Amino acid sequence: MPSLSAPQILRALASRNLASRSILLHSRRYTEAAIEPPPAGGHSPTIAHSPILRTTRDSALKTPGIVWGSDADHEDGDKTGRDTRKMNMYQAVRDAMSTALANDESAVVFGEDVAFGGVFRCSMGLSEEFGRERVFNTPLTEQGIVGFGIGLASMGHTAIAEIQFSDYIYPAFDQIVNEAAKFRYRSGGNFNVGGLTIRTPSMTVGHGGLYHSQSPEGFFMGAAGLKIVVPRSPIQAKGLLLSSIQDRNPVIFLEPKILYRSSVEQVPTSSYTIPLSKAEILTPGTDLTVLSYGTPLYTARTAMSYLAEPPASIEHLVPKPLRSAKIELIDLRTIMPWDVKTVVESVNKTGRLVVVHEAGKIGGVGSEIASTVTEKCFLKLQAPVKRVTGWDTPVALAYEKFYTPDAIRILDAMVETLTY
Amino acid sequence: MASALRLAARRSFAPRHAFTRSIQTTADSASLTSQVPSDASQPFTVSLHEDSFKSYRCDTPSLDVEVTKEQLIDMYKQMTTMRRMEMAADALYKAKLIRGFCHLAIGQEAVSVGMESAITPEDKVITAYRCHPFAVLRGGTVKGVIAELLGRQAGMSKGKGGSMHIFTPSFFGGNGIVGAQVPVGAGIAFAQKYLDKKTATFALYGDGASNQGQVFEAFNMAKLWDLPCVFVCENNKYGMGTSAQRSSANTEYFKRGDLIPGIQVNGMDIIASHQAVKYARKWAIENNGPLLLEFVTYRYGGHSMSDPGTTYRTREEIQRMRSTQDPIKGLQTYIEEWGVASEADLKAIDKQVKAEVDAAVEEAKASPEPEAKDLWTDIYYPGTGPASMRGREREEVHHY
Repeated sequence: MPSLSAPQILRALASRNLASRSILLHSRRYTEAAIEPPPAGGHSPTIAHSPILRTTRDSALKTPGIVWGSDADHEDGDKTGRDTRKMNMYQAVRDAMSTALANDESAVVFGEDVAFGGVFRCSMGLSEEFGRERVFNTPLTEQGIVGFGIGLASMGHTAIAEIQFSDYIYPAFDQIVNEAAKFRYRSGGNFNVGGLTIRTPSMTVGHGGLYHSQSPEGFFMGAAGLKIVVPRSPIQAKGLLLSSIQDRNPVIFLEPKILYRSSVEQVPTSSYTIPLSKAEILTPGTDLTVLSYGTPLYTARTAMSYLAEPPASIEHLVPKPLRSAKIELIDLRTIMPWDVKTVVESVNKTGRLVVVHEAGKIGGVGSEIASTVTEKCFLKLQAPVKRVTGWDTPVALAYEKFYTPDAIRILDAMVETLTY
Repeated sequence: MASALRLAARRSFAPRHAFTRSIQTTADSASLTSQVPSDASQPFTVSLHEDSFKSYRCDTPSLDVEVTKEQLIDMYKQMTTMRRMEMAADALYKAKLIRGFCHLAIGQEAVSVGMESAITPEDKVITAYRCHPFAVLRGGTVKGVIAELLGRQAGMSKGKGGSMHIFTPSFFGGNGIVGAQVPVGAGIAFAQKYLDKKTATFALYGDGASNQGQVFEAFNMAKLWDLPCVFVCENNKYGMGTSAQRSSANTEYFKRGDLIPGIQVNGMDIIASHQAVKYARKWAIENNGPLLLEFVTYRYGGHSMSDPGTTYRTREEIQRMRSTQDPIKGLQTYIEEWGVASEADLKAIDKQVKAEVDAAVEEAKASPEPEAKDLWTDIYYPGTGPASMRGREREEVHHY
C-alpha cells in the first residue's frame, strides 16, 4: 500500500463514517441515559479547568503579544519580575478600568448602576476610588448613553460607557452606526470619537433567554469605522479593554458574561495591553482550523479533547484515524477589523475550517469569515467552511443549552469537516 | 354608515388649536428708546415688542436690549451673506452641480446670526441637517461650505461629508439623523462642566425632531446633572411636510422639558433672538442647568431640495411670511428708521456680499474632487484599521 497523507486517509475514511456521524447526537442521548446520571458538573472539562487559562504567574507573564505599559511609578514593575493576582474576568475588567481612570484624567465611566458596581460587579468600588463625578450612574437610556458618550468623546475625552446587557444595545444602534462609526469620515477627519469605548456583557449564560443571552456582534460588522472586540479570559479582558480604551476609534467591547466568574487566571497587576486586530493561535495544528471567540473557545477545546480521547459513550462514533488529527484552535479576539492574515495562513495550511460562535448563522460573523476564506483559500480548501452557531431562532429560555453550540455539535462538525 | 363613522373618528383627531395669546413673529416691532449715538461701538437701547418672549418656569428676558450700530450692521451683513449663500446652493443644486441632500435655511437667518452674536468661540454648537449658516458663522467659510456641498477637496470636510456634515472646532456639525445630535450635545455640555469652563453648549433641533425619544433622554440627563446645555428648538412650523399641530400634541416646545425651564422667542426678529440667546448663555454658565429655547421661525423653501414646500401649506402663507415678517427686511427697517445707516449703505453691503459669495462659489467650483485614495482615509485612526479595503472594482484593493 502506497503511503497516504493524513488528509487522504481521512478522505478514504469519509464514506465509511457518513452513517455514524449523522446519528452522533441521537446515540449520545441514549447511551448516556442507559448508563448512569452524569456527575453534577457534567462530563466535560469545566471552564475553570480549561487548559486555555493561564493559572500560574509564569504562564501569565508569558502571554503572547502582551505589551507592558509604562509603569515607572509602579512598585512591582521593576525589571526582575511583575506581580500577578488571581482574578476572575469581572475583576480583570475592573482592574483595566481602574488603570484607565488612574492614568487618564479625562476618563469617565458611566452606565446604568455602574456607580455601585454594575450588575456584574465590573465597576465595584470605582466610584469610591475615583469619585462620583468620574464613575456615575445614568438613567435607563441606552440611546442617550451612547449619544452622550459620543459628545463627550468628540471633546477629546475618554468615555467608557456600559450598556448593561448587549441585548439592550439596539436602542443605541443608530447612535453607534450612524454617529460613532462615521464621525471621523463624515467630518473629513476634523472630528472623531476615538475615546469612546462601549462595554457590554454578551453571549449566553444558560438561562438568560431572549433578552439576556444574545450575541449582537454580527449586526455591527458592516459599520466601517467601528471596532468590535471579544475577550476570552481575565488576562485577555484586561489587556484588550485597555487597548480598546486607548485605541483612537470607537470600540464595542463585548464581554462573555458567563466568563465573568467562571474564568480565573493569574492576571498581571501592572498596566499592559494586548493588540487589537490580532488573532491568537491557542493550539497549533495542521489538519483543521477551528476559529472562535469568547465562550465557545472553551467548548471547542472540550470538543478537541473528545476528538483525541472520546468518552466511552461516543467512542465508536469518532473514527480512530481522526483521533490523532492536529487541530489548530484560533481565538479571533477582534471581530472587526479581523485578522484575515492569521486565519488565511492557517486555513492555507490545514485546508479545513470550522467557525464557531453563539450568534445565529444567517448574517453572522461566520458568514463573513467563510466568504473571505473561500475567496482567499479556494484552491487550498479540502472541505466547505463549516459554521457551528446558535440556531436562527430567538435565544429561548427553556432550551438555551440547546441553542448554544455545545462540544458534541462542534465535535460533529470537526468529524464531518475532517472526513469530507 | 361606515363612512360617517370614519368621518366622526377623524374629527376627534382634528388638531386642537390653542386660544392662548401667542407669540408674535413680526421682524420689525422693536422701538428705539434712546438716542442713537454717532459712535458705532457706543451702545444704545431699544425696546422689544411685549409679545417677543414667553416663558415657562423662569422669567422672560428683559425687553430692553442694548445694541450698537456696528453690531446691527454686522448682523445685516451676516444675514444677507447667509441668504446669498443658500440661494447660491439652491442654484447649484438646480444646475445639478450639487447632488444628494440639501436643506436650506432661507427665512431662518435670525436664529443662526442672532445666536452667533450672543455667544463666544468657546461655546459649542451642534445642530441637525439645516446647518450651512452655523458652519460659516462658527469659523468656516462660504467657500468651504459650498465646496463641501459640491463634494470638492476645498470642502470643510474635504468633500467627504456633504451638506449635512460640516464641522469647525466650536461647531460639532450638521448631523443627518433627526434628533441624534441632541444627546451628543448633552455629552459635549458634560465635558464643559467637567472641565469647569464657563461655557455653554447649544444643541439645536427642529419641531419635527422634538418628538424623537432620544431628545427626552437628553433632557433628562441634562437636568439630572445640571449640564450647561441650551436645547434650542427651531420651530419652523413644519417637520418635513407635516405641520406642528398635526405632529405634536403640545406645540409649545419650550414647555416640553418638564422641569427644565423654557423660553419661547420671536425667531424672526434678530434683536429678540440675540437677547434670548444672551439670556440663555448667562443662564447656563451661571450653573442653572439646562434651558429650552424655542425660536418660532419659518422656512421659505421646502424641507429639502426635493420638496417644493407648497403641498402642505398655501403659497399665500409663504408669501405673507416673506413680505411681512422677513428677518432681513425687519433689520433693514430698524437700521434705516433708527438712522444707523442709509438705504444706499445697505445696498452697498448687498452688492459686496453678492460679489463675495459669487467669488466663493467660483473658487469652490474650481476645487478638484477628492482623489480616489481619499475613499480609504478617515475611516479608522491611521494604522489601526484593516490591512486592506475593497475598492470600486474587483481588482482595486487598497492596502494601508
